[in-house]
Parts: sequence; structure tokens; C-alpha cells
Amino acid sequence: MATRNFGAPIRRNEDKRLLTGQALFVDDVELPGMVHAAFLRSNVAHAAIRSIDVAAARARDGVVAVYTAADLGAYWAPGPLLVPPPPIAGSIFNQRTQVPLAKDKVRHVGEPLAVVLAQSRYLAEDALADIVVELDPLPAVVDLEAALADDSTRVHEDVRGNLAALVRQTRGNYAAARARADHVIGRRFHYDHGASSPIETRGIVANWDARADQLTVWDTTQAPVFLRNGLAAMLGLSERQVRVIAPFVGGGFGPKIMLFYPEEVVIPWAARKLNRPIKWIEDRLEHFFATTQERGQTHDAEIALTHDGRILGIKDTFLHDTGAYNPYGLTVPINSQCTLLGPYVVPSYDSTFTAVFTNKPIVTPYRGAGRQHGVFVMERLLDIAARELKLDRAEIRRRNFIPPDAFPYNNEIIYQDFAPLSYDSGNYGPVLDKALDMIGYERFLAEEQPRLRAQGRHVGIGIACYVEGTGIGPYEGAKVQVQANGKVSLATGIGTQGQGHFTSFAQIVADQLGVEVTDVDVVTGDTDQFYWGAGTFASRGAVVAGNAVNEAAKVVRQKILKLAAEHFECAEEDLEIANGRVSVVGVPGQAVSLGALALKANPMRGAVRPGTEPGLESTQYFGPPGGATASGAHAMIVEIDPQTFTLHVRKYVVVHDCGTVINPLILAGQIHGGVAQGIGNAFYEQLVFDDNGQLLNASLADYLVPTALEVPHIEVGHTVTPSPLNPLGIKGAGEAGAIPVGPLFAQAIEDALGLPQRNIELNEIPLSPNRLFELTTKSR
Amino acid sequence: MKPAPFRYVAARSLEQALQLKAEHGEEARFLAGGQSLVPTMNFRLTQPALLIDINPLTACAGVKKSGAQSMRIGALTRYRSLERDALTARDLPLLHEALPHIAHPQIRNRGTVGGNLAHADPASEMPAIVLALAGRLRAQSVRGERWIAAAEFFTGALSTALAPDEMLTEVELPAAAPRSGACFIEVARRRGDFAIIGVASTVELDGDGRCRQARIGLCNAGDGPVFAKAASASLAGGKIGAAEIAQAAALVQGEIDPGGNVHASKDYQRHVAGVLTARALETANERAQRGH
Amino acid sequence: MSGRSVATDADNAETHDVTVTVNGTPYRRKVEARLLLSDFLRHDLTLAGTHVGCEHGACGACTVIFDGAAVRSCLMFAAQADGHAVMTVEGLAPDREHLHPLQEAMRECHGLQCGYCTPGILMTMKAFLDETPQPDEAQIREALSGNLCRCTGYQHIIEAMALAAERLRK
Repeated sequence: MATRNFGAPIRRNEDKRLLTGQALFVDDVELPGMVHAAFLRSNVAHAAIRSIDVAAARARDGVVAVYTAADLGAYWAPGPLLVPPPPIAGSIFNQRTQVPLAKDKVRHVGEPLAVVLAQSRYLAEDALADIVVELDPLPAVVDLEAALADDSTRVHEDVRGNLAALVRQTRGNYAAARARADHVIGRRFHYDHGASSPIETRGIVANWDARADQLTVWDTTQAPVFLRNGLAAMLGLSERQVRVIAPFVGGGFGPKIMLFYPEEVVIPWAARKLNRPIKWIEDRLEHFFATTQERGQTHDAEIALTHDGRILGIKDTFLHDTGAYNPYGLTVPINSQCTLLGPYVVPSYDSTFTAVFTNKPIVTPYRGAGRQHGVFVMERLLDIAARELKLDRAEIRRRNFIPPDAFPYNNEIIYQDFAPLSYDSGNYGPVLDKALDMIGYERFLAEEQPRLRAQGRHVGIGIACYVEGTGIGPYEGAKVQVQANGKVSLATGIGTQGQGHFTSFAQIVADQLGVEVTDVDVVTGDTDQFYWGAGTFASRGAVVAGNAVNEAAKVVRQKILKLAAEHFECAEEDLEIANGRVSVVGVPGQAVSLGALALKANPMRGAVRPGTEPGLESTQYFGPPGGATASGAHAMIVEIDPQTFTLHVRKYVVVHDCGTVINPLILAGQIHGGVAQGIGNAFYEQLVFDDNGQLLNASLADYLVPTALEVPHIEVGHTVTPSPLNPLGIKGAGEAGAIPVGPLFAQAIEDALGLPQRNIELNEIPLSPNRLFELTTKSR
Repeated sequence: MKPAPFRYVAARSLEQALQLKAEHGEEARFLAGGQSLVPTMNFRLTQPALLIDINPLTACAGVKKSGAQSMRIGALTRYRSLERDALTARDLPLLHEALPHIAHPQIRNRGTVGGNLAHADPASEMPAIVLALAGRLRAQSVRGERWIAAAEFFTGALSTALAPDEMLTEVELPAAAPRSGACFIEVARRRGDFAIIGVASTVELDGDGRCRQARIGLCNAGDGPVFAKAASASLAGGKIGAAEIAQAAALVQGEIDPGGNVHASKDYQRHVAGVLTARALETANERAQRGH
Repeated sequence: MSGRSVATDADNAETHDVTVTVNGTPYRRKVEARLLLSDFLRHDLTLAGTHVGCEHGACGACTVIFDGAAVRSCLMFAAQADGHAVMTVEGLAPDREHLHPLQEAMRECHGLQCGYCTPGILMTMKAFLDETPQPDEAQIREALSGNLCRCTGYQHIIEAMALAAERLRK
């Protein structure tokens, strides 16, 4: 099989539709008789609900219905636990999941209290003002340490100290390591992540067709199959009666795989009750409260080292803000806990986290999914160690890399996929070396920095390394079918939010079946087209679904060859497939098109032999035994204004190893996008809550997503260490760009401003000009 | 985020617009560029009963000389046309330098000078510039018209001296004098965001190279645009050297009362005000020495 | 309050007549005063290529070209468009078979991922390149700074714009 397309920068199949405004997004769905929903949301973070009076709203012209929790009756229930806690001995986990509409209590600003259905969104919003809610405010639980106090106000009445979870994982013996160490460094770190802010907010259209007995739901979800299954169960329907379509989705980044959001549970129910199609489109203001986000952790971390910078052990105790509910289990803090280990040998590790309920929006994974927090701690500890041990910061990392012959490398602690954290393959030295080379590390430190400093300019360099666990199970599937017109159709259960699946998967099929990439039409995210799957998350689409696509295409290829061999009465080895035709090698004129073969395989008369299937089609599944560990290094040179602390990135380099690459253009796009979000996280974005749990910057004017003037040119390099865990050798890449940017900024800014020499360290993210001013002024 | 209901009239004449405003007072709002007003309406923070669309009043737009030493800008002049205007570039260099900092190109395509000034956001660049240049603003109503000095026009955050029946129709600014230099600098989190602090300064020199007049205005340094009176006065009559600039910067820090916000503490704002004042004065002075 | 305005009943009526040319085609509709231009285009005219991201003028996804200038359609009312001309993303390509050079370049350079911000960026860039046919990278970034993209990090978009500018000049 000739590989023509795999690995090539093929232009995307889906682009023409997107570029001409002909791609369907959820808000583009228009159905006759559709009504529009608006949710009344709490404007306080914590309160008891005394009453909700919707009479006036119901009476308003143009309002079709208004529902509260009471109207939902037996349908009202807390949502399911999406990800149970991994089986870690001794853990405590208190499950408290979100409810469709608040009853008795509201627990965060934006929690929905009622839903109005009206002829237009404009009218629905008018009616929101008619609803009279009596709330008895309660103190807001905001600060993590205060929340843990025995006598703290409780977000959930029966959860003392707001303890959502307590998990400890260990490896080796940290106490012994510490006792042996030449050098021990301990620090407190704060890491705050933010809101995914995709340009398309969430949305749902639900259509109950009573005559067909079918429910169709268009949803911006990253997990249409799970959503279909859950809605069917909740509504008492069979799965076959429910179709979930995730059409084109304007950016996912994680929060769109949170499932059974209140709106997702209420809108389909209301559609059945009213027998009218219902549309709900989240507006940008709602997005800051109604869609999940990531927030902060506080780490008290300690590293024990030998005098030459070798890590003997790390101990870390951290608090994790999980928000008002914890439907996503422990995924985010477990990722922090595991990813902290990075590409390094850490013989002893003792990590404990406490997840805390607060009166803030729910925390679930957002690109990086907690890895950023762990990577920040490790990279900062190494930077501090390098300084104190007088080692070069690249050298201290090199000394601790897991050597290339040590794979698969078992870190022994449990990862988010419930399996021991095992790295399948990796070769970290060359990744770092390449990054250093591309940024001109040696030359910068030896010549450029001194020269610019002599001119009074403040420039600094940062480097950071990380690994990323990708491509976890459980599985994905794909169905490949050659059609009578010679084109190939491919369906898979995951959804697409811009990752280029319509193209990268087509490339895999095109190579196996000898057709053009443009002749493969791909359907993703439609549960009627493919029944099984998990979803697009955790950088697993290419790895898991991509391999399923490959398996299915391989089987179809075999069917083609078998059928053609019978047709030509020759051996399969004598055949080749190219340009949409099967031909006999060396015999011109002996060729048949794939379309003709497909017709032949599905006769109108005659018989199909027992044990064979009609058509040229196959459905295959792929479930990796464990995640594939990608790795990378980022390097950056910044210049900072020492008086205003405004910052300019002079150069940014990423070297990434995600194994075999399907489409380098798409991969570069993922890296650039990830870095942009990382830069936002490091220096621009922050969700600012006050002591009452109010979000003070709930708009895109004040929540600062980087623009084309804040994101620099990014140079991307690659090394290739294939994964042994899947036949294509690929590893995921979707989140990598976003993961190490925090420590990179901290290090580079410290370097630029000469902060360590002034006894100032940057052990928190985000940073900002204002924060740098505060930190440098306080320490004078 | 859809606005609450309102009635809408596309004004056919200035007279009609003023008549409607007189009748409805504060229940009516003028719709000019809408770049400040409509977001607040979409958030339902503002719910006017009547919107008087004055975009059709094209006679209220345009830049022209007024006498030998002044420029008049019609209230409905869009920022975008100011960016392209040769008169503005030559004779209002302070304004010209500030324009790329005002929001984004698409906002500037619709946003008007008058709308921006009447909105009077203390973080906006234009009010600080008008104040620094000691401009005056023309208000018209069914009762007649009056000119309001910049220092009287801005009365606080989002508030002006305009009466409920008045419309701002024109701004008059002095053209840059010979042997003068101007400089506008701001620090913002991203280009186009509201300034954390912005400094608008002009320096006018006499024949001996001494400072005849310096004016320093700031945005986001108080609950309205701020004219740094003491700092400005400290420079008059003498040469402008490093020491004088440093002193003026320190005086500015003492004269302002920044409120702090989600992006910056008061201390940081005060600190940056000093830094930017020094930089702006240095540049304005250099430009004045060079002759613009 | 006595003495209603001198405005006619038509001015105070609940709906307003709008005659607007969109992509060269005239449309006549009656609209409620508060109907945003973005919603009018998307739902009344079913030109759903223009997308809504924030409704407060910050993200640029709704950018259209109004009388030749790029504007935020979420900050205008449909009623204001009476007598004016609008261009949306649907009006860029010359016909169904071909793409505008801007669209071609975006595809070649992988300047879009989810595609949601893309129509707004195309319209911003169309207006920008019409006025500045030979921009350097700094000018392109500045012109782009009023459009938020969460997927691409902007780099491929900038490459696409430079490529499109070159081709448009030929």
C-alpha cells in the first residue's frame, strides 16, 4: 500500500463549506414552529430559594411556557457522575452533581432557576424580567483554605468542610529520599486556568416528532454518543429513538464534553412536553457561568535533590477548586497529580490533593485538563533548583530525563484512564536539544542577552519541558464503505470542533483504498450514522478514532482485493489499487473501478455467499491498552518594559513529539492554537471572582483572549518517537501547545528582569503587568 | 443578549432630532455609532424608550478649519474618516497619534467622535485629548446652542454637562501651534482595550526654546478625564530637561485619583501615569524642538 | 405626558420597513426596531454565514461590510440598514464553483479550524485589503486584532492574508 497522503500537508475537505458560510452550526438549525428558550439564572453565588413566581411571565404575550424545578416532577434529578473516581486506595470522594433547575438552593452565580419558552429569544428575555425570585443569600464559599474549615459555610449541607475529594498517591519512599538528599527546596505555587471561551458558545435544538416517535437533538457537544445514551435513559426512550447531531461546532476545548448540563437535560424534556421544537443558544454572558471552566490550585511542593541536580523525590500537597458540583470526578486534579512527573525520573513521589467545593461555576477539563498546574510546579522547582545548585536550567532537565531505553516507563501511580501511568515511548533529550537549537539558547545567553542588556533592554529566555498523556481509551469505531459511485464514505462516532477529522481520517482511508482524499466523505458526530463511541477529548481523536478508521479501511481493502481477484481470476498479489480502480499489474486494460466492484458486491439478483457481507464495507473498533505519551519542549525569548511591565515576545519555539504525523499542516494549527491559549492563560486571561463569588469580568471586553497582536509567530519543530500502542504509531497533539506556557513565562520574565538576583520569584500564574508591579514593589 | 424593546426614529433633520429629544428627555437616547450604546443595550444595562438615529445627519460630520488656529470636527465624524483625514494628521497630531489606540478598526468604522465624547467613559482617549487641548464643545437643543469648555463638559464617570434636551454637534480644538509637539501614549492590556492609563501631552516652545505652555491630560486617572494642572503649570516658562520632566511626572502622580479596576490596581495606575508622563513629555518636547 | 412627537405614526409603529441590498440582492422586510442586524441577516434572510459570538462588539465574528466598511453587525439594528448595502461572506465567492482569492488562500494555508470566526475574518480582511493592498505582517496583525480566533493562534490566517494580497495584486 503506497502512502501518498498520510504525512502530507493535505488541504482540508471541509474548508469550502466553512469558507462560504455553508456549514451548519447549531444556531443555523431552523424548524417550523420552533420556540426559543432563555434561562433565568441566579445573580448571587449562594442562597436559599424561598419562592419563584412565574405567573406574570407565563401571562406575557408571546410566551409559550415557563418551567421551574417543580414542573419537572419526577424527571428532576441530579445529573450522572460522568467519570467515577479512579480506584485509588484510601480516596475520599463525595459526589455532588448539578441539577436541571435549582430547587431549594442556588450554589453559584448563573445557576438556572427557571426556563422561559417564547416566540423569540428577544421575547423570552423580556419575560425573564417578569419572574419574581425570593432568595435568602448565604455567605459565599470562595477561598479554598477557608472552605475546608470544619465550621465553614457548606456548599452542600451534608458535606462538612466542603470536602469534595481527598486523594493520595505515592511511589517509592519520599521520607527516605528527603533524608538522603543534599538539597531540599520547598515552595508554594498558585496556578489559575481560565474559561475556554470558544467563539461559538453552547447551543441546543431539540425536536420531538410525536408521529415518528423520534427525538432529534442538535447540540454543540463533543460527545454525541454519550449524550444520546443519557438522554434516552432520562426520557424513558430507547436509544434508537434518539438522534444526537453535533454538526459543525465552533471550538470545543473540553467544556463542550461536559454532559447533561442543565440546559441539555431541560430542553429535550420541554420539547417533548410542548411538542414543539425548541432552540436554546447560550449567549456570551451566560457562557462565563453556565459552561464549565478551569480554575485554581494551590500547591505546597517540595523537591529533594542530590548535589548534582538529580531528583530523589517530590512531595506535593495541593488544593483544587472544583466549583459547586463535581460531575467530572477527579479528572482535572488527577491529571495535575500525574503530569507533574513530566519527562523526568522521580523515584519517590508523595502527592495528596484535596478537591474543594466552592460557590463558583463547575470545573471540568479545559485544554490541558489540569496538566498545566502540575507542569508549572515541576518546571518551577527545577528552575529554582538549577539556580540554587548553580546548574544550567537545560542541563538540570537533561540530567533527570527518563532515558530512551527505559520505555515503557511505569510511574506506578494511577492516571485518569484508571490504569497505572505508563509512558509508552519517548526520547526527551533530542526534543530539548532541538528546541535549544531553534531558539539559539547558547548564543542568546552568551552574546545576545549581554549585548541588549548593555543597551538597557530587558530580555530573557525561558525553556520548559513536559509530557502529555494522550490517546486514552476506552475505544472508538469507524465504518468505511465504498459506494456505487466509487466514492468512499466514512462514519465515526466522535465529533469535530475544528480538528480536521474530515481530512485527516480521509487521508488514512485514501491511502488504504487508493482514492483521492477529496473522494472520501466523512461523517462525524451523528449518532444515527455511527452508533458507538466515547467522544473528542484528552487529545485522543486522531489516535483512537484514526486507528479505528485505519482498521476499517484495511478490512475494506482486503474485501476489494478478494472480490477483484475473483473478478479477474488472478491472485490478489497481482493486483494494485490506485486512482479509484483495481488493475492487474502489467496487464493494461484489466481494470475495474471501485464503484463497479461495490455494485458487484451488492447484487440485485443471485446470492451473497454465506459468511460474507454485502457491499464493500467494514466497521472496526480500536481500544488502546493505555494512553500514548507525547512530549515537547517550548522555548521563548521575551522583552519586558521594566517600568510598565508590558511584555513582547521576540521569539517562540515549540518542539513536539507526537509520534507519526497524519497531517503536518493540521498539527501545526493545533500547536499554534494551543500556544495561543497558553499565552492567554499565562499573561492575559483570568476569571476574577470577588469575595461574594461574583465574577467581575464576565465579558470578552474584560476577559482577555489574546488577539493577533498578542500571539507571536511560533516556530514548530518535530521529533518522531512512534507509539508502540497502535498500528499507526501516532500520539495525540491537541492540548500540547497549551500545557507548558505558564512556567515558560515565569522563567523568561524572571530572567528578563533579573528577579532572582533581587530575591523575587514568580511562582504563580497568571502574571500581568499589574501583578509584576505588585511583586517587584512589595519586595523593595 | 437581546435589547429590551424601544421605539426607533431615523431622524430626517437636526431639528427633528432635537425636537424629539426635547419631548422625551432622558427616556430618549441618540444613536450615533452605537459602539458604546448598543453593547449596554444588549446587556440590558441601558433601556431607552426611544432611540433617535442621527446617522442620517451627515451635515454633522466632517473636519474643517475654523479661523486660523482652530479645527472643528462634526460630532458625527467617524473615527475612521479622522484616520484618513489629512487636516487631522497635520494640525491635530495629538488626536492623530491616539486614533490607532481607540478600539479596533471595525469599531472605528462606525464610532463617532461625538458619541464617544457624550458617552464620557473616563478610560476613553478622546475626552482626555479634548481636555488636554482645552477644546470646547457645541451643544444644541430646541432652546438654542451653547459652547461648553472641555473643563466644564466632563462632569464624572459617564456623565457630561449636556442637558437632557441637548445634543453634542461639534468639537472645536486648537490647531497645533508652530514650535509645538504633541505625544499620546497609553498602556493597555491589549491594543484597542480601554487604557489602563493614557497620557495626552502637548508642549509649546517660545523662540528661545523655553516652554511657553505644556498641557498634560490623562485618561482612566480619575472619574473623568484629568487635566494635570500643577504638573502642566510646573513646566511653563522654563526649559524642559530631565529634571523638569521628572518633577512633572511626580506631580502628575500626586494630582490624579485613579480608581483601580479588574486589570490594574490604583498603585499600578499611579506608577504608570508617572512613567508615561515622563515619556510623553520627552517625546513631545523633542517633536517641538524639531518643529512638529 | 401630552403632545406626542411631531414624528408620524409610521415612525412610532411597531415595525419598520427595511429595504436593504445584501450581496447585490435587494430585500424588503418589516422589522421590529430592536432586531439586531446580525439576527436579521441570519434568521430573516437565512444568510447564516455571519456568526454571532458575543453581542457586545468584542469578538468580531459578526463582521460584515456595510457601505464598504467592515462593521460589527451585532451593534447595529436592522432598521438602520434601510437604504444601505451590506456584503456578507455569502457574497464573496464569484459563483458556486469558485472561491474568492481570500477564501482560496485561507484553505491553502490552513487558516481555519472550526471555521466559526472565519466569516468575520474574511470580511474584515476583504475590507482591509481593498484599502491596503500591500500590507506587511505588522499591518495584517493590526487589521486582524479586532477579530478573535480561539483555534488557530492567527499564524496561518496571517500567511493566508499575505498570500491573498499577493494574488489580488496580480
